[in-house]
Amino acid sequence: MANELLLSVKDLRTWYELKKWGFFHTGHVKALDGVTFDLSHGEALTVVGESGSGKTTLIKTILGLVPATSGEITFSSHKLDGKTSIGWLRSKVGFVQQDPYGALPPFMSVRRILLEPMVINKTGTSIEREQRIREVMEEVRLLPVNDFLSKFPHMLSGGQQQRLVIARAMILRPSLIVADEPVSMLDASVRVEILELMRKVQKTHDLGVIYITHDLSTVRYFSERVFIMYAARFVEKAEVREIIHNTLHPYTKALLTAIPDPDPENANQYRDVPAGEPPSLVKPPSGCRFHPRCPVRIEGLCEEEQPPAFESSRDHFVECWLYRK
Amino acid sequence: MNERSSVTGTAPVRTGDGRATNGEILRVKDLCLHFRTSRGVLQAVDNVSFSMQRRRSIAVLGESGCGKTSLARAILRLLPRNVHLYTGEVYLDGTNVMKLSDDWFRQKVRWVKMSMVSQAAMNSLNPVLKVGYQVAEPLLIHHRMPKKEALNRAREVFRIVGVPDDFLQRYAFELSGGMRQRAILAMALVTSPQLVILDEPTSALDMLTQANIFNALKDIKNQLDVSFILITHDISTSSDLADEVLIMYAGQLVEHSLSTTGYVKPLHPYARGLMASVPTLREDKKLEFIPGQPPSLINPPTGCRFATRCPQRFDQCSHEPPVFAVGEQGELVKCWLHRNA
Repeated sequence: MANELLLSVKDLRTWYELKKWGFFHTGHVKALDGVTFDLSHGEALTVVGESGSGKTTLIKTILGLVPATSGEITFSSHKLDGKTSIGWLRSKVGFVQQDPYGALPPFMSVRRILLEPMVINKTGTSIEREQRIREVMEEVRLLPVNDFLSKFPHMLSGGQQQRLVIARAMILRPSLIVADEPVSMLDASVRVEILELMRKVQKTHDLGVIYITHDLSTVRYFSERVFIMYAARFVEKAEVREIIHNTLHPYTKALLTAIPDPDPENANQYRDVPAGEPPSLVKPPSGCRFHPRCPVRIEGLCEEEQPPAFESSRDHFVECWLYRK
Repeated sequence: MNERSSVTGTAPVRTGDGRATNGEILRVKDLCLHFRTSRGVLQAVDNVSFSMQRRRSIAVLGESGCGKTSLARAILRLLPRNVHLYTGEVYLDGTNVMKLSDDWFRQKVRWVKMSMVSQAAMNSLNPVLKVGYQVAEPLLIHHRMPKKEALNRAREVFRIVGVPDDFLQRYAFELSGGMRQRAILAMALVTSPQLVILDEPTSALDMLTQANIFNALKDIKNQLDVSFILITHDISTSSDLADEVLIMYAGQLVEHSLSTTGYVKPLHPYARGLMASVPTLREDKKLEFIPGQPPSLINPPTGCRFATRCPQRFDQCSHEPPVFAVGEQGELVKCWLHRNA
């Protein structure tokens, strides 16, 4: 069961059309441009990338919120295309949003928020629904349950709101949860609590989880595999330890250099990071997208051709010409 | 009158620091800022005292809602309308600026002696004015400088923060997030203030851009005679700039220590919990978290405000507010565990 494929994404592209005055086609924002990965049942993986690298578009495409331009998504052996029943997909994929307060309707009580998905999906009798609500609330530790049921989102703290969002994502017993920066809006002391909770939920229910973040330092507390995203592509895919201790792609190296650990020594040294900004996704650079900022680019190759994913060691893929075979 | 004359530094180039008493740039004493709300008086900043030396940078750390930003606003006197109580003393360069009138403060202190980069300020650039003009504006207003000269000075500051010269002629929408944030930083530095308050200066930026901005800040700190107060909840990043650490909890200061202590072995139980909850990239450590929530600032507990969540509390904690004790390295810590004999 553990190795059975839950989600398979092949060469996925999601382009947003740019129009001038509403109808003249002027180009595309290539928010996802050739993304491939597999996720097994009960596996957690993390996608790390900067803002504008296409992380959220990836989630939106998997959730069916935006149509894919090309490529294939297979979710528990169903091919997702325009004909897939959205209702079925929604009941199988839970979504944990970034901003818990924005994701919760302010006029609904906790009970109503958790009831809503079951009403829409017509699952269970009212007694079963009530039981399920209590079960999930106990699981995310919104305790004592009775105190919380009639509360409204604004009465909860940030951490409690995020627990409620997780509870709502779980209530229909999905097999996949996608979490878009679930802890970035929370305080440091609460962040760990939520990450541990998500990890526990994932383990107990054998859930597949895709965790999207820009914060590489939280990754090791959450998942085994990590994908580094830069300008709409995965530039490096490997296990967390492998990424940290055997970093290959120049972009990943820069990213690791940029992330400080709390250490008073930091104040005495400069960080060796490339200048510049991520490229425009309307006209991405030719060849490797990192080449204009790359300190070790190979002239005549990197700007000409997009590097394919080289497998440098087992399960460690890197899209960089330095590691060609 | 005497006090007033000592803050009349009109020249854009910094006047010497001869007036300063023992190298101290800022001393805050018993600063209180309470707000009126519909549910009662909210004690956003309550009896905060600390001092900082010239050319040092202090990081103010704490969870959201602990009064970090209110502290910055209280120092700069950028107050909203619902202020209930605003008392205490703020000595800037030896002068108690709390005694100055609002007009005088606005003309001669704010943005002349101290300035601020507020949170997400990069989105507050005026879209219809050229960036260069906006950066030069404080000089036109505070120093009545001719426009050409002011733009030249803006160009100089742009160079310091790492923005190419021709960006002076651009509009905000033509700049990337990182460049906009640098322009905001230039705006804060253009009048050569002695103190710059950075309120979450990079929280909206990418990791690489953030590292670049902090490199620029280090440069500025090394080259210019300027002190920084860095307000952030991102503890890892704050260690990039901080010489000293202030930790706030529920409107109060609970620890003031050097960065070598503050990040490594803090004394206050809250500070310890906070540091233990920071995920690290390079070392394996078991993360901890502090159970519970901070108290409401409307009716805060009478004793130590951290008592209900503290793993090491004892009887005295919930009755008596703790007083500052001095640690071995001169740290100040507000906790009964560390009382001086």
